[in-house]
Formats: sequence, C-alpha cells, structure tokens
Amino acid sequence: MTTHAVNDTSVLLGRSIKHVTRSLDTIITVTIMPIAFLLLFRYVFGGAIQAGTDNYVNYLMPGILLIAIASGVSYTGFRLFNDMRNGIFERFNSMPIARSSVLWGHVLTSLVSNGISAVVIVGTGLIIGFRSSAGVLAWLAVTGILALFTLALTWLAVLAGLTASTPDGASAFSYPLVFLPFVSSAFVPTATMPGPVRAFAENQPVTSIVDSIRALLDRQPVGGDIWIALAWCAGVCVVAYALALIAYRRRIS
Amino acid sequence: MEHAIEVRALRKSYGKLEVLKGVDLEVERGSIVALLGSNGAGKTTVVRILGTLLKPDAGTASVNGFDVVAEPARVRASISLTGQFAAVDEILTGRENLVLIAKLRRVPKPQAVAVGLLARFGLTDAGGRPVSTYSGGMRRRLDIAMSLIGDPPVIFLDEPTTGLDPEARLDVWKVIQELAGGGTTVLLTTQYLDEAEKLADRIAILHEGTIIVSGTLAELRGLLPPAKVEYVERQPTLEEIFLATVGRKESR
Ligand SMILES: Nc1ncnc2c1ncn2[C@@H]1O[C@H](COP(=O)(O)OP(=O)(O)OP(=O)(O)O)[C@@H](O)[C@H]1O
Ligand SMILES: [Mg+2]
Repeated sequence: MTTHAVNDTSVLLGRSIKHVTRSLDTIITVTIMPIAFLLLFRYVFGGAIQAGTDNYVNYLMPGILLIAIASGVSYTGFRLFNDMRNGIFERFNSMPIARSSVLWGHVLTSLVSNGISAVVIVGTGLIIGFRSSAGVLAWLAVTGILALFTLALTWLAVLAGLTASTPDGASAFSYPLVFLPFVSSAFVPTATMPGPVRAFAENQPVTSIVDSIRALLDRQPVGGDIWIALAWCAGVCVVAYALALIAYRRRIS
Repeated sequence: MEHAIEVRALRKSYGKLEVLKGVDLEVERGSIVALLGSNGAGKTTVVRILGTLLKPDAGTASVNGFDVVAEPARVRASISLTGQFAAVDEILTGRENLVLIAKLRRVPKPQAVAVGLLARFGLTDAGGRPVSTYSGGMRRRLDIAMSLIGDPPVIFLDEPTTGLDPEARLDVWKVIQELAGGGTTVLLTTQYLDEAEKLADRIAILHEGTIIVSGTLAELRGLLPPAKVEYVERQPTLEEIFLATVGRKESR
C-alpha cells in the first residue's frame, strides 16, 4: 500500500506540475509580483526607510520570499477546487489508488513551484545587490524554515480549496497572508511602529520567521527567534493538516 | 455464483428528500443492465453509491462480491466509473489523460495503451491537443476511453452517450457490446430508450425510489396488455412500456 502511495503521489505530482508550467499567468504572479515589490522597496521606498543596515536588499529578502510563498500557495487551493468542480477528483476517488495521494500530489507541487520561485527571486536579488555570507548549514536551515512555512500555508490552502464554494473563495484566504509581512519586521524595524501595531507586529509569526532567516543569512546569532518561528510553522501545519483531512473525509463520503 | 452487482433494500436521502426508498437490483456477470428513470429518479445516486463515492443510509450493495461500505478499496479495484459529466483533465492533452490513468492503474506500457485507445475512439488526430480545445462529444469519448483502462470486471456508465452524435453513439454501443462479450459486467443509465432496447440484456426502471419493474425486454413487454390490434400489429416499444409503467400519458 505504501509503495502504491508513492507511485500514485508521484504520478499526480507530475500531472499537477504540468498544470503549473502550462498556466503562464500563475508563474508570472508567483514570481513577478514579489520581484516587483523587491524593486519597489529597493529603489523607491528604500531610500527613505531607516532600517539600520547598510544593505537594504539583504534586509528585504526574507519578507519578499514569504510574500511570494503566501501568494503562491493560493493556486493550490484554486487547483484543488477546480479538480473537485470538474469531476476529476471523483474519478480519482473511484479508482484503486492511495486516497492520500490526491492531496499530496497538490501539496508537493506547491513545494516544488514555490521552491522554484524562491530561487528565481534570490537570483534577482543577487543582481541588485543581495549578498550573503551564510554557510551551507545556514542555507539549509533557511531552506528548511521556508519549506515548513510553505507546507503550513499549503495545507491551509488545501483546507480552503476543499471547503470553498467558489473559485475565488478557494484562493481569497491568502490575501491576509500576503499582507502579514507588511505589518512585521520584514520592511521596517518594528520599533518605529506605534504601540498596538508594534505589539501585533512583534507577536505575529512573520516577524520571528523573518528575523531568524535574516540572522541566518547574515551570520548573526539567531537566538530564540528560530524556535518561535519553527513552533508557529509546525503548529499551523499540524492544525491545518488535521482540519484538511477532516474536510477531505467529509468531501469523499 | 454470486452476481456481479447485488443491491438490497438500498435507501438514500439528501436531507429531507428521500431519493432511494428500498432499491433491489441484481446484475449477472458479463451482462449489460440498463437503469432507466426520469430526471431526478436517482439513477446517478445509485451509481455513485456503487462506485463508493456516496454512502447509503440503509440497505446493502456489493460489487464483484465486495460490500461497498465495508470494503470500498476492493470495490474500487473491481470497477471503473464514468460519471454523468465528463471527468477529464482540461489542461492535459487527450493522450496525457489516458497515460495518467494508465499509470495510476499501474498497467504496463501506458503510452501504448493510450495510443491504442485514441485510435479506438477516433481521437488520434486530437490526441496531442489540450482537452480544453475538445468538443463535448470528444471529451465524452475520451472520458469513456479513460474508463476502459486496466480492464476492470465491472463498469458503470452514467448516461454514456448523452451529447454524442449518432455515429459516435454507435461506436460507443459497439465498445459496450465488446466489453460484455469479453465478460465485463456493464451497468449503464440512459435517457435513450432505444439505447436500452438495443444494448441491454436486462432493463430496470427506477421510479419514485424503487425499481418498479425489471427484466428482459420480452418480459417487460409481457407486462403490458397484448399488442393493440391496429392495421399492422406491432410490439409496444420500450418507450411505451416505460411511459405506461411510470404512469405518464403519452403526449402525442
Ligand atoms: N448532493 C445532493 N444534494 C441534494 N440533493 C441531491 C444531491 N444529489 C442529487 N440530489 C437530488 O436527488 C434526486 C436524484 O438525483 P440523481 O442525480 O440521482 O437523479 P438522476 O436519476 O441521475 O437524474 P438525471 O436523469 O437528471 O441525471 C434529485 O432530486 C436531485 O435533486
Ligand atoms: Mg443522473
């Protein structure tokens, strides 16, 4: 049964990757939008922002990556919703395949496509002055945090896709997620924000994630932030996964 | 020997709407059974329960000897289901759709299977095009082709020829007859009574939640008063039997 699950998941992963590569607009929004933000903050707002750093692109990079992921996962909800609407979901569910593979195919696609857009964004960053002195281990840690963040948001997207009643509903859940980095330490230090906003910014997950990634990339000590970041990601991931499975069972019985 | 499909006292409601109120149905191995019924009679509901997509409220149903509630995985390994609306991947090409199903069913040589089926369903030229460019009839043919992969012993076809042109319809009929000839059990629903008349070994009529009559065409004819003496004596058509048993007046 487990070998079936691996075979079925990889076949469905291949299918869903084709969906990604064949819809140019998704590729464009997933990479172009964050790159536009990167350029905007670097060349337009950056000059006026006192981030206390001599390389503002370095400062921006973690937040830009999180924005890219938050907008990228919404397509997972959208694709899943479409599968349910056009009947292919039911075809899969009446076939002798591992049932979990129907969801995992989409989830792994999200990891792959968000991984690719992250690489493209970092590449663009390098062109406009992003530099990191981090070693292999620190890069691995950054990759791990981003992957866990992607996984957590992807399961949220799966939940949205399974429970939405319109295609817009299936992707709209990500709008607030895309917005979260703006009220965090991603673009400006939280110390400049007024009291309540600052309290929110300092205690929401994006700040701890951004701070840990920034520290790792800058070869600074990460401190306790990384544990808070990991706890947020793992917590959201577990809860969203459990809720998505419940929604999936409801949907298929 | 047990039947390929056995349904006993099957009940299903959607909220307050009682759709199936005790359906009994048996389908012999290797036979073609047509399930008839007006719009909303519950044909699709029966098919979805047999295909493990929906759980019954009461009663039992088994397919290929396996209970649909207790052993859904074994049932799924024994069937393929072509739903009422084509379930194909719009973004993939016709060939890729077939290869996808062949890989999921783990049949050897998925590419060769796909090429063969494209030819069999007159889709060879369109095989490399995304399905989003297909006509309704082409989609339907692809949909049915996808259901044949892996030679499952029991096939459900929910209105397989709706929307097909006469030629494509005849092609699908031929495929269904070949399947039954090869020992596959086919349960199909249809709105076309001539289709049931031509294809089915037995016919079951679902009306107001139960199977009100079932049998061979000859048996069903026997239920009606003997053919009226007209200028030319003729057998009642299935359409007449259908309309008489569901208690509707013929409009003409
Ligand atoms: N998911 C659902 N929720 C609520 N009601 C439903 C649902 N599915 C079907 N029904 C209702 O159950 C009844 C039977 O539907 P079903 O689709 O089984 O009929 P059918 O015989 O296949 O009809 P048709 O010939 O139009 O395809 C209909 O009245 C339909 O409105
Ligand atoms: Mg129907």
